[in-house]
Amino acid sequence: MHMGDALISPAVGGAMWATTIGLTAYAAKRLRAENSEKTPLMATLGAFVFSAQMINFSIPWTGSSGHLGGGLLLAILLGPYAAFLTIFAVLAIQALFFADGGLLAMGCNVFNLGFWPAFAVYPFISRYLTCAGLPGAGRLMAVCIPAAVIGLQLGALGVVLQTLASGRTDLPFTTFALYMQPIHLAIGIVEGIITAAVVAAVVKARPELLAASSAQQMARSGQRPLAIALIAAALMIGGVLSWFASQHDDGLEWSIAKTIGQSELDPPRSAVHASLAALQEKISLLPDYDFKKPQQADAAEGEEEGGEGKDGEKWPAVNAGTSVAGIVGSVLVLLLAGFIGLALRRPPSGKF
Amino acid sequence: MSQIEKAILDLGALDCLARQRTAIHGIDPRAKVAVCLVFIATVASFDKYDVAALAPFAVYPAALMAAGGVPISLIGRFLVYACPFAILVGAFNPLFDRQIMLELGGVAVSGGWVSFFSIICRFLLAFSAALILVATTGLNAICASLTRLGLPRVLTALMVMLYRYIFLLGQEANRMKRAHDLRAVNDQGVDLRTYGSLASLLLLRAYARGERIHAAMLCRGFDGEMPMTAISRFSIGSAIFLIAWLAYFAAMRFLPLPRHLGEAFLEAAR
Repeated sequence: MHMGDALISPAVGGAMWATTIGLTAYAAKRLRAENSEKTPLMATLGAFVFSAQMINFSIPWTGSSGHLGGGLLLAILLGPYAAFLTIFAVLAIQALFFADGGLLAMGCNVFNLGFWPAFAVYPFISRYLTCAGLPGAGRLMAVCIPAAVIGLQLGALGVVLQTLASGRTDLPFTTFALYMQPIHLAIGIVEGIITAAVVAAVVKARPELLAASSAQQMARSGQRPLAIALIAAALMIGGVLSWFASQHDDGLEWSIAKTIGQSELDPPRSAVHASLAALQEKISLLPDYDFKKPQQADAAEGEEEGGEGKDGEKWPAVNAGTSVAGIVGSVLVLLLAGFIGLALRRPPSGKF
Repeated sequence: MSQIEKAILDLGALDCLARQRTAIHGIDPRAKVAVCLVFIATVASFDKYDVAALAPFAVYPAALMAAGGVPISLIGRFLVYACPFAILVGAFNPLFDRQIMLELGGVAVSGGWVSFFSIICRFLLAFSAALILVATTGLNAICASLTRLGLPRVLTALMVMLYRYIFLLGQEANRMKRAHDLRAVNDQGVDLRTYGSLASLLLLRAYARGERIHAAMLCRGFDGEMPMTAISRFSIGSAIFLIAWLAYFAAMRFLPLPRHLGEAFLEAAR
């Protein structure tokens, strides 16, 4: 049961398609670099996931039934790049032949179901799977259940955000999220259990498969998938989740308000303060995490907005200025941190 | 007949339909894929409350079904699989959007119902367009055209192989499920522990089968790329198909034809 086209706008669908195509090209390139002929194995495992999804099992204590998702399982058995491509293929066949998920929404579906398990969660858990020899059932459960839960929560959050960004539904964010996230928590726990059970069976019967895929990952992947996942998370938080920031005063403003009755102190009148304030105003591109407001409107509205205060603004404060500020800020921090890292790098000749 | 067998038979039915020889089947797959994608994007681009403007777009699936030999019962059968997600989420619109938008013969209709109806129409249009694309083109041709359009070869080769293996492994899964059902006491369903065993066993069989198939392919000269023979030159007929349908979609998107027709009709009736 994947997202359909009826609730997606072309803008959101197109943007997610572009992201998915970029990730696909990247995964294909890395898979070619790995130089192992995996396509038949990917195809059989993809067909396995497809078939296993057609067998439903009953979830205890709820009376409903569910089936294996498969993203995390594919990532553990095939590695992130092959798993992402396999998930794309499975979802494509489901969308084309069973109309399970629209064609325009396929970019969203592949991203929600493929990116998070393969590129965001798997890099964190791959080392725990074979760090002390082959994993036993206990270690698998401890690793797979949180991994599946986190992957599914992020995927469900992606669905909510994409549907809301398209603007075809009237569901408010809180209702939709409260409807989606708990269900996917339960689904995630069950998925983690099944994934752990299946990987345990593979370890018992064919241990060389798990060792092979893990060894390849340790040798090739390095830090890249992790870095990409963190950058994606930073952009998502800065660009979208910043709209949901609390509108209330933060700790400092609250304390000042309780002390003197207003949440910010008046600036002192000395020349140094004035010139520094003028300088800051001139160089700040995105003052107060928003686009620069034109000067005349600012002066006129300043009085009225001061009165309304923070409670008058609506939440979530959907604002292009905040998104741009969030994204630009993240990129600048990334560049600065990278620059510092480069500057502090040890010389490569191994003198130390 | 179990659910898995039904799914495999339906897949096979679509495959058989794709092998027919009609005028639509002869059109270049690249043109058909492009037209289908533009159709879905155009339908999705309408405003939340547009319903009448969607009506001219029903011509595309209807025309292709008639010319391509796709029975309408197929759409009905696959509606069972189609995601109820859109309907479930769209069903909340009447609850949240209560502003009255119009009056139909004395009954006040709220905006929520209008947008819900719009969602249903969009869903039906997009869903039938995708099904008709597969029923008139077939997966091999679609994958070949996607490769020509730039998708990585790894991915399209994977899709073609995966499609073939679904039939094999689907039958394997069906046998396992049937064996379980025949031994289950009091018709009980598959519980969690049994599912774990079934899935593990299916996976191990899938691995073993995959290795045998891979070895067989290597013995027959497989070099990592599936041969894509389904694409030929782009004919004049395909070009006309592409341009005519794109022009029609653009016209129907930006000219409010249903409104004009409706107004003309009311004027004439007066």
